[in-house]
Amino acid sequence: MFAYIVKRALAGVLVLVLVSMAIFLLFWYGPNSPAQPICDQQTSNRCSPARLKIYEERLGYNNPVYVEYGKFIKGIFVGRDIQVGSTPRHCEAPCLGISSRTDNFVSDEMIERLPATLSVAFGGAFFYLLFGVPIGVAAARRRGTVADKALVSSFLTLSSVPYYLFALMLWLYLTVIFEIPIFSHTGYHKLTENPWNWFTGMFLAWMALGIFGCTQYTRYTRGAMVEALNEDYIRTAKAKGLASRAVVYRHGLRAALVPVVTIFGIDFATLLAGTIITERIFDIQGIGWWGLEAVRARDLSVVAATTLFGAVMLIVANLIVDMLYSVLDPRVRLS
Amino acid sequence: MTDERRDEKREVADTSGDDAFLVVDDLTVRFPTEDGLLTAVSGLSYEVRMGETLGIVGESGSGKSVSSLAVLGLHDAKSSRISGSIRVGGTEVIGLSESRMRKLRGNAVSMIFQDALAALHPFYKIGGQLAEAYQVHHPNATKRDARRKAIEMLDRVGIPQPDRRVDDFPHQFSGGMRQRAMIAMGLINDPSLLIADEPTTALDVTVQAQILDLLQDLQREFNSAVIIITHDLGVIAEMADDVLVMYAGRAVEYGPCKEILTHPEMPYTWGLLSSVPEVGADTDARLIPIPGNPPSLLSPPPGCSFHPRCAHMDKVPGNLCSTELPELTPGSRGSGHLKRCHLADPDRVFEAEVLPEIAPELVEEN
Repeated sequence: MFAYIVKRALAGVLVLVLVSMAIFLLFWYGPNSPAQPICDQQTSNRCSPARLKIYEERLGYNNPVYVEYGKFIKGIFVGRDIQVGSTPRHCEAPCLGISSRTDNFVSDEMIERLPATLSVAFGGAFFYLLFGVPIGVAAARRRGTVADKALVSSFLTLSSVPYYLFALMLWLYLTVIFEIPIFSHTGYHKLTENPWNWFTGMFLAWMALGIFGCTQYTRYTRGAMVEALNEDYIRTAKAKGLASRAVVYRHGLRAALVPVVTIFGIDFATLLAGTIITERIFDIQGIGWWGLEAVRARDLSVVAATTLFGAVMLIVANLIVDMLYSVLDPRVRLS
Repeated sequence: MTDERRDEKREVADTSGDDAFLVVDDLTVRFPTEDGLLTAVSGLSYEVRMGETLGIVGESGSGKSVSSLAVLGLHDAKSSRISGSIRVGGTEVIGLSESRMRKLRGNAVSMIFQDALAALHPFYKIGGQLAEAYQVHHPNATKRDARRKAIEMLDRVGIPQPDRRVDDFPHQFSGGMRQRAMIAMGLINDPSLLIADEPTTALDVTVQAQILDLLQDLQREFNSAVIIITHDLGVIAEMADDVLVMYAGRAVEYGPCKEILTHPEMPYTWGLLSSVPEVGADTDARLIPIPGNPPSLLSPPPGCSFHPRCAHMDKVPGNLCSTELPELTPGSRGSGHLKRCHLADPDRVFEAEVLPEIAPELVEEN
């Protein structure tokens, strides 16, 4: 078990190295100078080639890519000094650099953005499962009936609407047109300051994620459940004289949860990595929004940080899912 | 066991008295499918007494398992049409409410399934699955009682170190041990009727014999009625008091085991006997398979459903076999032996044509 985790962790580190290298290479060998947006911004769009060169030098883009990549890696492990304007600033390890757009430490900004993203992810995932699993079980139990067919086809219709459109319409109708109080002030408020504002601010985002995501979880759960309910051990459970509730939940759902948990682990990691559309529409300043702004401003340090953060979330989620697998299914032994 | 529950069980046992514990009468099971109504079991009647074993033989799809699942009421009411009568200890099971049916299942009637690996839940410990079966019908029993009972039953069916193996998962058991655990689960509530659906099919031969011995010992101990479903005539010869041969959802021959195996009167039964390999036989000797395939249950052939595969059709005058379904009636050997065949003199045909092929040594002795 321990050897397995170590092996997986090493593989994860390799993935992170490759991801970070890819980001640097894209910045260095992309069609435009990565310093262009900053130069434009700070010279009010009068960025001459000479000024651009100064910005490139200041941001290190005149150096070979491996030198700057080396500095970045060194910063993560031992920290480094970064020149901003004329004053050098010391960035403690783990140093993710300084945002070229705001001149703040990237790690500070990340810590500031994280609670909003965590709120979105936990709430959204909670409603995925809260709606998806019971509806999926109910549909599987009524397989082939009119109710099941109506549910499956309406959920298929809903899930074929683009998510951004769905979320935008939800926001537009509930917040702007009907002004329903509980939905009306979306946005992130600190949980520690005012839990009620936090809840009402996030609620619509959770509903959007929950309703849209539950269409998938209903499908997964229904499929896994239909399969489980056809197994021989379900017939055995019935033959014991168990009530149908015990047969369905204790024997059927227990088996059906394994594939659902697998998909959930990856989906949850994706939510943690940042939900750009959800954060933008519901005005939540999370990791996703931060990453989007950074891409538009060619803010290398922040782009690298958000990408690596997403990669770490996925790697960890995969590892947890695999470990959970061996807990859920006693036949699976990690090696 | 509480007094109330004991009374309940006695009531079931008492009403049977001297009569059969299980009486199946004119049972028909149909499944509506997209291609039409499928008749899986048609007009089936049989009886099993306490302490006796009925063997049901037939090919896959002949209705063996379907009829037994009907005894436990395990067919989905929405996807099946069941008619006729099934009386378990005097209680009519067809049309019985689900809650009363549940009280019978696993209690007065229990079932052992083939392929115990699939029939046991892969995620729960053996002991837990046994204890669950006990606790459903003993709601006042504590978890501890149930666990003790599970260990006791595992010991009874010959699992070594039952107090340790009780915490194993099914995949940690060998095939034979899993089937033993399955039997332990079936017997944990002292059922009056045990239905064993191909209990040895998935096992290798030496283990098969152990499991059959175990079933016989336990039957003697519990004096329960047993139905054993199989396509293996060897199992039948070993275990059964009575034999019911099924073909395409119908009983085609029914009577005492010895009688059926020594004087079969229906060509399908002859075919079954001919296709049994013999250990001592010459390796060059060919098995004689029954030609063709079982008929479609959606549109069974007119007349006798076995006639398209029957080698003795020409001995019946006037194409009777392909136009008229023969009744299940006593043959020439007394009222205990029923057969569904138009052949006028099956014993002569059997001795003259079938016996020399399957057991030449017997013919010479005569």
